Amino acid sequence: MLFTKDHEWVALDGDVATVGITRFAAEQLGDVVYVELPEVGRRVARGEGFAVVESVKAASDVYAPLSGEVIAVNGALAGAPDTVNADAEGAGWFAKLRVSDPAEFEGLMDKPAYDALIAEG
Amino acid sequence: MRYLPLTSADRREMLAVIGAPSVDALFEDVPAAARRDGLVDLPLHQGELEVERTLSRLAARNTPAGSVPFFCGAGAYRHHVPASVDHLIQRSEFLTAYTPYQPEIAQGTLQAMFEFQTQVAALTGMEVANASMYDGSTAAAEAVLMAMRVTRRRKAVLSPGLHPHYADTIWSLAHAAGGRIERLPLAVDAEARVLESLDDQTACVVVQTPNLFGTASDFTALAEAVHEKGALLVVVVTEALSLGLVKSPGEMGADIVAAEGQSIGNGLNFGGPYVGLFATRERYVRQMPGRLCGQTVDADGRRGFVLTLSTREQHIRREKATSNICTNSGLCALAFSIHLSLLGQAGLEKLALLNHQAARRLKAAVEALPGVEVLTPRFFNEIAVRLPRPAAALTEALAAKGVLAGVPVSRLDPDAGLDEVLLMAATETTTEDDIGRLAAALKEALA
Repeated sequence: MLFTKDHEWVALDGDVATVGITRFAAEQLGDVVYVELPEVGRRVARGEGFAVVESVKAASDVYAPLSGEVIAVNGALAGAPDTVNADAEGAGWFAKLRVSDPAEFEGLMDKPAYDALIAEG
Repeated sequence: MRYLPLTSADRREMLAVIGAPSVDALFEDVPAAARRDGLVDLPLHQGELEVERTLSRLAARNTPAGSVPFFCGAGAYRHHVPASVDHLIQRSEFLTAYTPYQPEIAQGTLQAMFEFQTQVAALTGMEVANASMYDGSTAAAEAVLMAMRVTRRRKAVLSPGLHPHYADTIWSLAHAAGGRIERLPLAVDAEARVLESLDDQTACVVVQTPNLFGTASDFTALAEAVHEKGALLVVVVTEALSLGLVKSPGEMGADIVAAEGQSIGNGLNFGGPYVGLFATRERYVRQMPGRLCGQTVDADGRRGFVLTLSTREQHIRREKATSNICTNSGLCALAFSIHLSLLGQAGLEKLALLNHQAARRLKAAVEALPGVEVLTPRFFNEIAVRLPRPAAALTEALAAKGVLAGVPVSRLDPDAGLDEVLLMAATETTTEDDIGRLAAALKEALA
């Protein structure tokens, strides 16, 4: 699993990337009440806001960690947005992307680097 | 306590700190042509009694709508507002123009807003309504921006029957946000022309009923065509009272309804403040602009009201908010709700019927005049008539004789090529005598 400085996580399987927000991000947001997911088939560029996560105290954009096409979204979040709090880096995934530029993997952080980032505050 | 906040010494001190020679020097960057040289030609001070005399004299130069036969409409309608409405809205618990900033402490205000939303949703036939917008035209502009967000498309098609001021407002607010506004030339009964501009880049089609010319339309088939292209149908209503009699936009398949609520509970108010009604489908609620009041229960299970879905709003979502509106037309919305509550469903229908009957009498009287042609095929309380001469000069001549005959289309859109067309509205306030005096004056002017 790889991470971004904007607190998204990415799990790679070939050219398919499963994307969500990190456990740290979910804790910071508090109780998630709504997740707005992109349409399947939408092409997103790295850094583009492609989903919105809304908690009782804030609404935040979720940025695409990699460029590619949305091939699946986690529809279960519509009825159970609190899954993001319960299992942010598992069942609380947001979307799967078919990655268009594997070179972008280089820009992602590994777990020790991400942990160091959040430890810095 | 001094009333004026700054003395000359205060000003000198502040200018010295920032190193400017004078207050005027701060405005040097404004082009000279846009600056005013010297003071406005007004007396520097007058006693209260003199001010009252001066202003009364100025006010007497107006022709108040209630003082003469009055047929002006075109988006602002003269209706009877019961004295009880004004009495109730002036209670100090209610008398604020805004949503409160510590909202949950004002449960009565929130409940009034909640009832208002319920009424707007019922009246428009939609699922959710917000706590109101500034007026109908800004509500229409917000509807276009919302359609752009929902569809992720940029093009909006404005129908040939849309009020030009609404089209102007839509353009003002949407073009800078990346909207491509396609505005079709004004026409009496040509809503179907929007289909020629409808494509898979279209975010929304904006239609109005009754339209500028008074034509009432059923947009059910149009809604289907618009939805087939993945676009939204925005239905504008400038005469909210019509909803007491005609099929609601919700029943027609509208996705967003933007309406002017002035007709119910509010006077003409010189063109404002008014109250914009905004309603949509529940699935779009998170893209809706404006304040939204919700019903909930407190820790003890008692019914209470809160502002809800605030994460859409500017004070939380900053530049990604659905709108820069963080308020509502609180007092006008309250007047709307009180009047509508007093009317009830049967009263609303009856009032709407009285309006339609008055307009039918108006139509019969003007179409009997030689050279006058009624253009509107199906109407509620307003018709468009073609006169044998330019309408602007004719209405001026009639105004001089104490008859306000209507609104010339040329006044709303000088380039429409409809100089002879006059918009004429009748309401429950219109008497037989008013219509008789209008017909006589018009006949004399055309002779």
